[in-house]
Amino acid sequence: MGKKITGAEMVIQTLHDQGVDSVFGYPGGAVLPIYDAIFQQEDVKHILVRHEQGASHAAEGYARSTGKVGVLIVTSGPGATNAVTGLTDALLDSIPIVCISGQVPTHLIGTDAFQEADTVGITRACTKHNWLVKDIKDLPRIMHEAFYIARSGRPGPVLVDIPKDIQFAEGDYEDLSKTTHKTYTPPNTIDNKAVARVVDLMERAKRPIIYSGGGIINSGPKASKLLQKFVHKTNMPITSTLMGLGAYPGSGDNWLGMLGMHGTYEANMAMHDCDLMLCIGARFDDRITGKIDEFSPNSKKVHIDIDATSINKNVEVDISIIADCGKFLNEALKIMDKRSNKFQSFNEWWKQIELWKKVNCLSYKPNSDVIMPQYAIQRLYELTKNKDTYITTEVGQHQMWAAQFYKFDKPNRWLTSGGLGTMGYGFPAANGVQVAKPDALVIDIAGDASILMNIQELSTAVQYQLNTKIFILNNSYMGMVRQWQQLLHGNRISESYSDSLPDFVKLAEAYGATGIRVKKPADLDDAIARMIDTPGPVIFDCVVANLENCFPMIPSGKAHNDMLLGENVSDEEVANAIDDDGKIMV
Amino acid sequence: MNKKNPASTYDIISINEDDERHTLSIIVDDEPGVLARVIGLFAARGFNIDSLTVSETESKQQLSRITLVTSGSPSVIEKIKVQVDRLVSVHKVSDLTADYGQYGALERELALIKVKGTGNKRLEALRLAEAFDAQTVDASLDSFIFQITGRTREIDRFINLMASVGLTEVSRTGVAALKRGADNT
Repeated sequence: MGKKITGAEMVIQTLHDQGVDSVFGYPGGAVLPIYDAIFQQEDVKHILVRHEQGASHAAEGYARSTGKVGVLIVTSGPGATNAVTGLTDALLDSIPIVCISGQVPTHLIGTDAFQEADTVGITRACTKHNWLVKDIKDLPRIMHEAFYIARSGRPGPVLVDIPKDIQFAEGDYEDLSKTTHKTYTPPNTIDNKAVARVVDLMERAKRPIIYSGGGIINSGPKASKLLQKFVHKTNMPITSTLMGLGAYPGSGDNWLGMLGMHGTYEANMAMHDCDLMLCIGARFDDRITGKIDEFSPNSKKVHIDIDATSINKNVEVDISIIADCGKFLNEALKIMDKRSNKFQSFNEWWKQIELWKKVNCLSYKPNSDVIMPQYAIQRLYELTKNKDTYITTEVGQHQMWAAQFYKFDKPNRWLTSGGLGTMGYGFPAANGVQVAKPDALVIDIAGDASILMNIQELSTAVQYQLNTKIFILNNSYMGMVRQWQQLLHGNRISESYSDSLPDFVKLAEAYGATGIRVKKPADLDDAIARMIDTPGPVIFDCVVANLENCFPMIPSGKAHNDMLLGENVSDEEVANAIDDDGKIMV
Repeated sequence: MNKKNPASTYDIISINEDDERHTLSIIVDDEPGVLARVIGLFAARGFNIDSLTVSETESKQQLSRITLVTSGSPSVIEKIKVQVDRLVSVHKVSDLTADYGQYGALERELALIKVKGTGNKRLEALRLAEAFDAQTVDASLDSFIFQITGRTREIDRFINLMASVGLTEVSRTGVAALKRGADNT
């Protein structure tokens, strides 16, 4: 044992030993000793956010773009409660983050002390695990366990609540970064016989489909490579959830586009009509399945997931394998190599898929006077696809258009709030990416309403001269809310008009950033080029067609083969698309 | 679970499985908040808790045993087991339902039952208690407290009978259970 160090110093030492180079945080009374320790070292860079929710999403952005664990530091009480949204977001999207929160000193816990909140109580439901440290002897073990649990198995958020007296207390520190956990043992083996049975099913299948998800991304870049090899070898069509975009290239030959509520016609029809569904690292979420008793009625279903609770949760499957997705793909490829398989010809199946593709479900009416939001994303894609680009989004119509029209060829390049659907996620997440990848082009595709939820983080971006770009599809509405009001509530547009929007160009300038506004399609390309070339943060206010809606769409309560297509939908069809059963759903 | 209020917004198929009663033994780290983690999970996911018993069982290893009786369809029971097992503080989940496994499991519960009355009702209460092997652990001129140990169903029957002879209060421990035979639960 070396010399004794303080709890606050142990926190910083743990970050160092865990290979963390940057943390996001906001100081306050109950974390002052940790901030004092931060001040006295240079290993770990601290990024000062302007709101703790911003810190939580920035940590998520850092984690998702690098595959490493993201870290945030917040004070007790309001600091911790402000981080709750980001922790919940990370829980639903399986993102590894460690939140270190200050707490009032141990002798004041339970007395309703100033800035006291029952942080472990509040965050029990939105973390994978959390700890209140009551003894300095436990701190090194708990800190390292926190990192281990955050990144192992199905990744997720954890929180370590450290009372102020523990931060001041002195104790022995030991680097435990290589240790695991006594009870938490995520699966690290795979049932080879089950994998062989999956390959058997593949050999018999005539209309197979791969439905992949965020589990491939979380498994690491190697899993994405294996997935591409797997698709190439089998010639199966592949679709993916919102979370899984980029694992298989969006420009790849077998790519059908995203599936689900705003997925492509071909992807959803293929899911409905397939005879074998390989679900790899996805979880049959309600945005994916639509009406569950009409979900892919005639298929054998295989589910690979590292988390046993995902199996048979929403959809009963024929074969389940609880394992890492990359491990499954590797094992399946090995078996296929050994067998030199005879797969069925999928020619008929691909012919059918080509017919569905001809529906051209993403088509929209071009316009030379106003910018169509879809066109804006298409131009953004064309002008950034050859650069080292990362895209984040907020939540709403712009998010779905980004998922539909931006093609992701690599994993970890697409960061969006899928499970929780958090407006205000994209911009702080983009800052987190930019901190991890200083030379990359990082763009937050935003809506005019979402961006205002965490606009204060522009101050952070200016302080650290992050090059983060905010690309606002400005239609002066909470577009997705309005779309549902049109579908469900007789076009009564209740409180979803963005009244009194700020002048985004002046807003950018007020923060010390750059603002660009575009209103005409003809000016779009030049303006995007200017945005890319402008150093520092930029708000790009792209004024788009006000009333455009996001299609295709599976209305709530309907099955995959019951989609509303965009260009030809009449107002009447929109008004009657959802029946009474569907209306109760979200 | 109430079938009319589906757990998922899209779960509008009604599952026609009959509910089963299961006794789960959950070995956990004896640390602050661990019970809250387990019951919080039940509350958040809409699972039932019919009875709950918690106590430290191996103090050297700092382990506690939570014995929990729940009910649900077979698929819901399966979901409960994997969800509980996923909690970081949980060492092991065993299904101790009486007819489960090679030898089955043993379940016992203790209840204290207060009966108030005089005359014939008082005599009848005493006779019933004797028939059920219940002990009289407290007596006054117009009341008794009986202590009964046994399987949940026997205790239910005893309590139902006591209702007609002046039952005023019941306190039950919830179920304690172990696997039969030499192997550990």
